[in-house]
Amino acid sequence: MTDESPRTGAAANAAGDAYPGASEPLLRIEGVAKTFGTFRAVDGVSLDIKAGEFFALLGPSGCGKTTLLRMLAGFEAPDEGRILLGGKDIAQALPHERPINMMFQNYALFPHLSVRDNIAFGLKRAGMSRADIVPRVAEMVALVKLEGLEKRKPDQLSGGQRQRVALARALARRPQLLLLDEPLAALDKKLRENTQVELMELQRRLGMTFIVVTHDQEEAMTMASRIGVMKSGKLAQVASPRELYEAPRSRWIAEFVGDINLFDAESKLRDGHRLVVGTRDAGTLVVAEPRQPLGDVKFSVAIRPEKIKLSRRGPASEAGRETAINALDGVIADICYLGGTTTYKVKLDAGGIVEASVANSARLDVDAYSLNQHVVAWFTPDDCVVLPS
Amino acid sequence: MRKFSRLSRFNVASLALGLAFLYLPILILVIYSFNASRLVTVWGGWSLRWYHEFFADRAMIEASWMSLRVAVSSATLATVLGTLAAVALSRAERFRGRTLFSGMLYAPLVMPEVITGLSLLLLFVALNAERGFWTVTIAHTTLTMCFVAVVVQSRLGSLDRSLEEAAMDLGCAPVRAFVLVTLPLIAPAIVAGWMLAFTLSLDDLVIASFTTGPGSATLPIRIYSEVRLGVKPEINAICTLVIALIAVVIVIASLASKLSSSQGESAAPL
Repeated sequence: MTDESPRTGAAANAAGDAYPGASEPLLRIEGVAKTFGTFRAVDGVSLDIKAGEFFALLGPSGCGKTTLLRMLAGFEAPDEGRILLGGKDIAQALPHERPINMMFQNYALFPHLSVRDNIAFGLKRAGMSRADIVPRVAEMVALVKLEGLEKRKPDQLSGGQRQRVALARALARRPQLLLLDEPLAALDKKLRENTQVELMELQRRLGMTFIVVTHDQEEAMTMASRIGVMKSGKLAQVASPRELYEAPRSRWIAEFVGDINLFDAESKLRDGHRLVVGTRDAGTLVVAEPRQPLGDVKFSVAIRPEKIKLSRRGPASEAGRETAINALDGVIADICYLGGTTTYKVKLDAGGIVEASVANSARLDVDAYSLNQHVVAWFTPDDCVVLPS
Repeated sequence: MRKFSRLSRFNVASLALGLAFLYLPILILVIYSFNASRLVTVWGGWSLRWYHEFFADRAMIEASWMSLRVAVSSATLATVLGTLAAVALSRAERFRGRTLFSGMLYAPLVMPEVITGLSLLLLFVALNAERGFWTVTIAHTTLTMCFVAVVVQSRLGSLDRSLEEAAMDLGCAPVRAFVLVTLPLIAPAIVAGWMLAFTLSLDDLVIASFTTGPGSATLPIRIYSEVRLGVKPEINAICTLVIALIAVVIVIASLASKLSSSQGESAAPL
């Protein structure tokens, strides 16, 4: 990797020249909106992205994430707002005038050109001399491990190889910002997981800024350092993967990112730093008081399945008994064995159903529960999140 | 893919019958073009006499030359116009009156040639244009450009729009992206469209006879007027040459599209 260091150095210098203030974001999106007919695809999105970040735009299909990405690439012009790259407004600039490259969802490799010519395409357009293009292409081919395939046409490559060519082609011009539109959607599961790791490694090594669009929350959580969740054209929450998962801002986000148990609150009572909440489906729950005061809005109590412990007679240890104030009686209603974990659906005596995910830490089934077995589902007040509905 | 060995006797028979129906008249024409006899229906032994006669017939040679020039120039014009129309139709998806425009473009496909010919004649008379090479060329261009547009548009429709976007993303201005990426990919369809326009123009009699002027008859007009006075064996020779020319064009066109399909693109339908 010794050949990488001069380049990262050069990139850092260039970045230093362009942005004297180190805190200045590389990309600033300010109140950007885009309407198709009467459909507001992107509705007033503002977002700052720092140089060297791996940012994921996550959302269900039709949430506007791809439209936002296409506005960054220049294929759509925003109706409102500004897009500042290094302080310069590029909202109305054409795609070829932006130091941004994009990797397309279907890769969009040129079928009439070889792997080498696909990668060299952008370099030729930039007016690089042949003497400079040849080593750069070789470097890119080595970077994505495609040695020996330079003369092949795209239809002579496997899906994974095509994905690499698309990546090399987009990286070849050394853009200030790389956009990736569902980069791994076309790969099978195993290859996708490997490629996720490789993409992260590559991004860290090149020190480049990546924005990836995905509908796959696991993919976003694995790769990105920050995730922006989009819903109906708006950014619902921008946070680190952990914050997004453990402290979702709304009920919708909590349900979209991972699995969650939700209980609608019917009454609440303050008790020091805790809230005693009455629910219809799970009886009385004790939860930590949220940082933001709730006021009078309706809310739900949310608990992730893996935070719920199961046992035959409630928490075993003394310490457990003290913290595990919430202990709900029920019977096992459904068992879903997933290999690494088992998901139990527990029918509570209070009426509701709670899902608990238990790690299969022993190979033999000594720990497993059987159908209709009576269990206690318990969790601490800190494991609960209070979400306004 | 079915193998030939799977063909049943019935299939072979129906295939032979169909092919005979299509090609027997042409085969007879080709054979009789080598007939030594002056009488068209009486076989008098092999000879190249009528080919010599044709090459000595100045009027026929002139008509052939006229037809070739008209076919090449009208096919070229039609290819440019038809390709532009196809690009406009498949690219600008949301412009007003798109359906009307595409309908109007395809109308000449089903328009009776007599009507096309007559309306063009009226136009040329109204414009007081001198009828001859250019009027026939323009008339053939209007006839054939819709065929080119259909062929090119079907290829463009199967082409991924993001290819051009990728080219722009990699530093091409929109026009350059079209020239560097889209054009090479639709080239087989453009070639096929040109060939189609060429052959259509070469064998058109109706529109040409409406729009041509004195002294600039095309080959079909010439042949038709000769035949009215009785079929001369020379006509067979000319027709054989035309068939040979068209066969060569078709072989080249299919080779070109095969070549491009082996390079990884789906070939344009010929």
